[in-house]
Amino acid sequence: MHKIVRKEQLNPEICLVEMEAEDLSRAARAGQFVILRIDETGERFPLTLYNFDQDKGTVTVVCQAVGVSTKKLCALREGDSVLDIAGPLGHATDTENIGKVICIGGGVGTAEAYPIAKAMVEAGNDVTIIIGARSEEIVICEDDIKKFCDKCHITTDDGSYGRKGFVTDVLKELLEKDKYDQVFAIGPVIMMKMVSEMTRPYGVKTLVSLNSIMIDGTGMCGGCRVKFSGELKFTCVDGPEFDGHLVDFDDLMQRQTRYKVEEDEAMCHYKKQCKIGLGEGK
Amino acid sequence: MREQDPKKRIKNFNEVPYGYNEEEAIAEASRCLQCKKAPCVGGCPAEIDIPAFILAIKEKRFQDSIDIIKNTNTLPAVCGRVCPQEDQCEKECVLLKTGKPINIGSLERFAADWELENRGDEDVVAGAAAEGAKIAVIGGGPAGITCAADLAKKGYAVTMFEALHKPGGVLTYGIPEFRLPKDIVFKEVDSIKGLGVDIKLNYVIGRIKTIEQMREEGYKAFFIATGAGLPYFMGVDGENLNGVYSANEFLTRVNLMKAYKFPEYDTPVNVGKKVAVIGGGNVAMDSARCALRLNAEKVTVVYRRTEQEMPARLDEIHHAKEEGIAFHFLTSSLGIKGDEKGNVSSMSCLQNELGEPDDSGRRRPVPIEGSEFDMEMDTIIVAIGNGSNPLLLDSIDGLNVNRWGNIEADEKGQSSVEDIFAGGDIVTGAATVIAAMGAGKKAARGIDAYLKEKI
Repeated sequence: MHKIVRKEQLNPEICLVEMEAEDLSRAARAGQFVILRIDETGERFPLTLYNFDQDKGTVTVVCQAVGVSTKKLCALREGDSVLDIAGPLGHATDTENIGKVICIGGGVGTAEAYPIAKAMVEAGNDVTIIIGARSEEIVICEDDIKKFCDKCHITTDDGSYGRKGFVTDVLKELLEKDKYDQVFAIGPVIMMKMVSEMTRPYGVKTLVSLNSIMIDGTGMCGGCRVKFSGELKFTCVDGPEFDGHLVDFDDLMQRQTRYKVEEDEAMCHYKKQCKIGLGEGK
Repeated sequence: MREQDPKKRIKNFNEVPYGYNEEEAIAEASRCLQCKKAPCVGGCPAEIDIPAFILAIKEKRFQDSIDIIKNTNTLPAVCGRVCPQEDQCEKECVLLKTGKPINIGSLERFAADWELENRGDEDVVAGAAAEGAKIAVIGGGPAGITCAADLAKKGYAVTMFEALHKPGGVLTYGIPEFRLPKDIVFKEVDSIKGLGVDIKLNYVIGRIKTIEQMREEGYKAFFIATGAGLPYFMGVDGENLNGVYSANEFLTRVNLMKAYKFPEYDTPVNVGKKVAVIGGGNVAMDSARCALRLNAEKVTVVYRRTEQEMPARLDEIHHAKEEGIAFHFLTSSLGIKGDEKGNVSSMSCLQNELGEPDDSGRRRPVPIEGSEFDMEMDTIIVAIGNGSNPLLLDSIDGLNVNRWGNIEADEKGQSSVEDIFAGGDIVTGAATVIAAMGAGKKAARGIDAYLKEKI
């Protein structure tokens, strides 16, 4: 059991959860993820780490309530516990000093881009950040990011905050004006695909952090397999970061839909449970 | 042994054989000749004193019976169900000549179940922490559990690290409920806590801690029993279509995550009407029989050789056939086709004939030219085995592995790094539960000898 020591609602959909996990907090590095299971009937689901604090012995995730498991997590309060956390999993981001870097976070992916951008700055890189969101209230982590990075661009789909448009609009301008050594993108699959397509003609190395459906997270199930340069790779043990120019995003997007029907059914069931008072949340 | 009727059992996940009642167990035990030389014992990798436990059943001393078994075997309720006794103890039984060897496995199951029933449901009281040297067992499957128990009995302070959220390894995620009920697995695994073993779940060694860090924390020896690893795929077109599973994913969803109780349990599994299972081992049989219970209309096992070459236990093949699983022998998959939504629609196949024997001694399948045909399918489960998982092994300096990535260990279970022992599937590649348990026993002796010499 991992006690929740801090819970913040960042916006109506996204919450931040800091949990006790001593050994995990010592081993975690930027770019790695954990597998959570909220309760005895719960799924195992992966979340990229937002923060880890060795002194406090805690790890923090930022979670968007979209399915049953994420809704369950967002419904918990400080003092409640999460049943299982396994990790850190996946390879950590290589955060050497490579020069001029652009980090892009889309939606809840902004929280996952945060530790990577921070580590990149700490390694001495010249980091520009682009945050993309549907609308103003979905923009997260802006204050945290501006603490260590003064080149921060924000775009919203509806123009309610920052610039109206997509992260790729800003990215294109940056790439036209200047030469960059690396682009890092984390967010919805379609965004990572568009970013990779945009950087390809400029020849800028582009890393993406994939969010495939997985169960164990240790290489055992193969559910998270992706097509990478014509080969099968497992997101959990080979990733989660891959060269975006070699990932078959269309294949990944198709695989991400494979439980759509069941996810809707599970949500219906969950809402019914909530109504009769068995579950928490909305 | 009495079993659930095939027509009924394909609609539930309850155990298939009912197990002996007292009367049946005593009757079976009374047939034992109590041979002085007891060849059956030589066939048992867990070294159980078989005639003694059978005699105890015959004399209604059921507690004695299970105590005798537990002297050497930590998981009797598991072994009584999933050991291939027909190739081990029962194969050596003197009565084999009469065509009716003693049903040793069923008697073992009886004794173990008797104790689990009479022990009640209270939690096992954790045993006192031992004062001997600290030992880390990495992997909570049959090899790890056996090794941990044997070392704890010798007075070592043993911690067993399991990557998943439940212990048991393949007993928990792989073997289905109807063959091995999970509450029995958990009760039996719990008993090692009583011996003083500390079980840490959700610990992925190699990620959360390295072997080197654990040495600094005072661990004097390691037993690596992380099991079979990454699932193999066929390498044909269409394997990423929706509806294609590795057997590992399919069985983990169904067994560990209880997808058969979806949506009461949150994890889904998607089984269509027409299911193909590729492969001929026990894992293929388990996958096929699970799919059938998840409302598939037709489940077909597609195997590239013939029934004679199938590695699955005879009992499992028999149960699968009884339940109406179809078999396509001498058939290989050439590729998988999908519809416009990316779901599986059919599988292209090829007919084989048997050629010369290969390295395994089994006759090699040779494709027949022009024999291609398509089978309509919407779910395909690939059960063709696993390769080694590099996650832990890559982080250990000086550890020798063979060309398949399996750890090289000597007859004592010792690897090329003196404080690291290994056993089970991570050494042998996919094998049986009992072989893994045997390796765990051997390594426990090896570690004991190593530490006695060292300290």
